Amino acid sequence: MTHQDGEQITPYEPSSGTAIPTNHTVRMRTNFFYQVFRFIVINIKMIIIIWRSH
Amino acid sequence: MGRIVILGGGVSGHTAASFCRKWTGKQHEVVVITPNSKWNWIPSNIWVGVGRMTTEQVTFELAPIYKKQGIGYIQAKAVSLNPEGNDQGGKPFVTYEFTSPDKAGQIGTLEYDYLINATGPKLNFEATEGLGPDHGHSVSVCTPQHAVHASEELSKVIEKMKAGQRQKILIGTGHSASTCQGAAFEYIFNVEHELRVAGVREMADLTWISNEYYLGDFGIAGLHLRKGGYVTSSKIFAESLFAERGVRWILRAGVYKLEPGKVHYETLDGEKLTEDFDFAMLIPSFSGVGLKAFAKDGSDITDTIFAPNGFLKVDGDYTKKPFEEWKASDWPKTYQNPIYKNLFAVGIAFAPPHAISKPMQSKNGTVISPAPPRTGMPSAMIGKAVARTVTNMLNGKIDQPSGGHSMAEMGAACVASTGAGILSGSAVAMTVFPIVPDYQKYPGVGRSLNYTFGEVGLAGHWIKHILHYLFLYKAKFKPGWFFIPE
Ligand SMILES: Cc1cc2nc3c(=O)[nH]c(=O)nc-3n(C[C@H](O)[C@H](O)[C@H](O)COP(=O)(O)OP(=O)(O)OC[C@H]3O[C@@H](n4cnc5c(N)ncnc54)[C@H](O)[C@@H]3O)c2cc1C
Repeated sequence: MTHQDGEQITPYEPSSGTAIPTNHTVRMRTNFFYQVFRFIVINIKMIIIIWRSH
Repeated sequence: MGRIVILGGGVSGHTAASFCRKWTGKQHEVVVITPNSKWNWIPSNIWVGVGRMTTEQVTFELAPIYKKQGIGYIQAKAVSLNPEGNDQGGKPFVTYEFTSPDKAGQIGTLEYDYLINATGPKLNFEATEGLGPDHGHSVSVCTPQHAVHASEELSKVIEKMKAGQRQKILIGTGHSASTCQGAAFEYIFNVEHELRVAGVREMADLTWISNEYYLGDFGIAGLHLRKGGYVTSSKIFAESLFAERGVRWILRAGVYKLEPGKVHYETLDGEKLTEDFDFAMLIPSFSGVGLKAFAKDGSDITDTIFAPNGFLKVDGDYTKKPFEEWKASDWPKTYQNPIYKNLFAVGIAFAPPHAISKPMQSKNGTVISPAPPRTGMPSAMIGKAVARTVTNMLNGKIDQPSGGHSMAEMGAACVASTGAGILSGSAVAMTVFPIVPDYQKYPGVGRSLNYTFGEVGLAGHWIKHILHYLFLYKAKFKPGWFFIPE
């Protein structure tokens, strides 16, 4: 599946080193209620960065 | 009366102009010289490129906005600077060529007390044979017009898939030294998302091609974040997203030529390989916009003021040195030209001292690694910082800029869309602090692990969507615009 400088690597092979998200992680990415919570968390983190950088 | 002239009404120039106007009294003049009649919120061009937004949604007319705000506006492109005036004496001045339909091609000059160069990048499609939508074989999302064309081409490819034809989609960087990997990253995942929405995902082979050494480098030497009890690199983070979404990747690739349906690239091993495509969106290399500079006696001093890549030299340390000797302190702090103290450069227009990612060279000597990006937030913050300096100097409050606005001291928040949709969309929301890693201050990873984070999800899409409206609101100088941070 992947091709890095001529080398072929398959993500699901132990040697690939690619972290594959679990189905749960993928589902949570569009879970409305969890994302409302993440929205608040991300905004706080971004405001801190903005505040530190200005 | 003093006059501040700003070249370029993009992200950094518009920000600089707005704060120069806010912080100088009415006795001083603020003038923007920029070739476009419209302001463009460039990050949303990605959504124009997949047909989710129209050009009208990402642009607005500049003339009425500047008129309302009391900012002078000349629709023209600057062609040269005379930072010492000319042999008849007088003040420094800029020469420009009108681009407005009524005066197109006519030449004008304007004297200045302070000049802020915010001309951004020249999209250097010519540096790669066959690249680009105008004379080449690939599409682009760098301008709204390019993005509309990209969306039309994408629709054709989707139609072919619906008719049962398998299609190869190639997205990434179109030159061995391109930057702006973030925009290509957003585009490939937005395309992937749209293919799923259209029900043709299984008919497409999506491939990422890039000059990055590893996925997730983004031209900022990647980043490290805390995840699940580990400090992990953006390589793992990015690879996992590519694997999840079924996107194949080709890295360490210096694209040097495109033919219809075929891209030629060189690898770090010096091998010359090709990749076929039915649809390609490849980001060109960036250079300065080609401004010239002349001394009082008319002699050409372009090479003194501008770096070889055409960006304006400021207070960075431009001494050539190996990667191991790069320091955070090499990065400019005041953005003032070392020779002409009333000349500044902001956003992409200032010459970076060197790359951020470790430079790599192929066996044939081709540099295959990203140039340093200057994304929206730092570009605008630098624009605002320089506006503060210039207005303070003009008002006689200071003689010298105070500094403190190095990209090695400021952080950036970035939201990279990976698909649009109020309930089905997603984006990578991330922050880095500082933008340029400082390995002395933060040994090992170069950045603060407390302030560097990233995650993918619908919340990121909501933020990106809100930012679209927020920044357009701010750029139009609607009430309270100055409370909205850069
Ligand atoms: C497709 C795309 C998506 C992006 N997405 C993001 C994102 O999500 N987040 C983010 O932070 N950044 C993003 N960026 C990067 C961001 O757009 C840039 O960092 C930012 O625009 C840089 O600001 P600037 O003012 O230096 O240049 P620009 O915004 O490009 O402005 C330069 C201005 O100068 C004008 N100009 C050119 N030549 C001349 C001349 N000779 N004389 C006078 N004026 C001239 C141009 O017309 C333009 O108006 C994206 C970039 C692209 C291409």
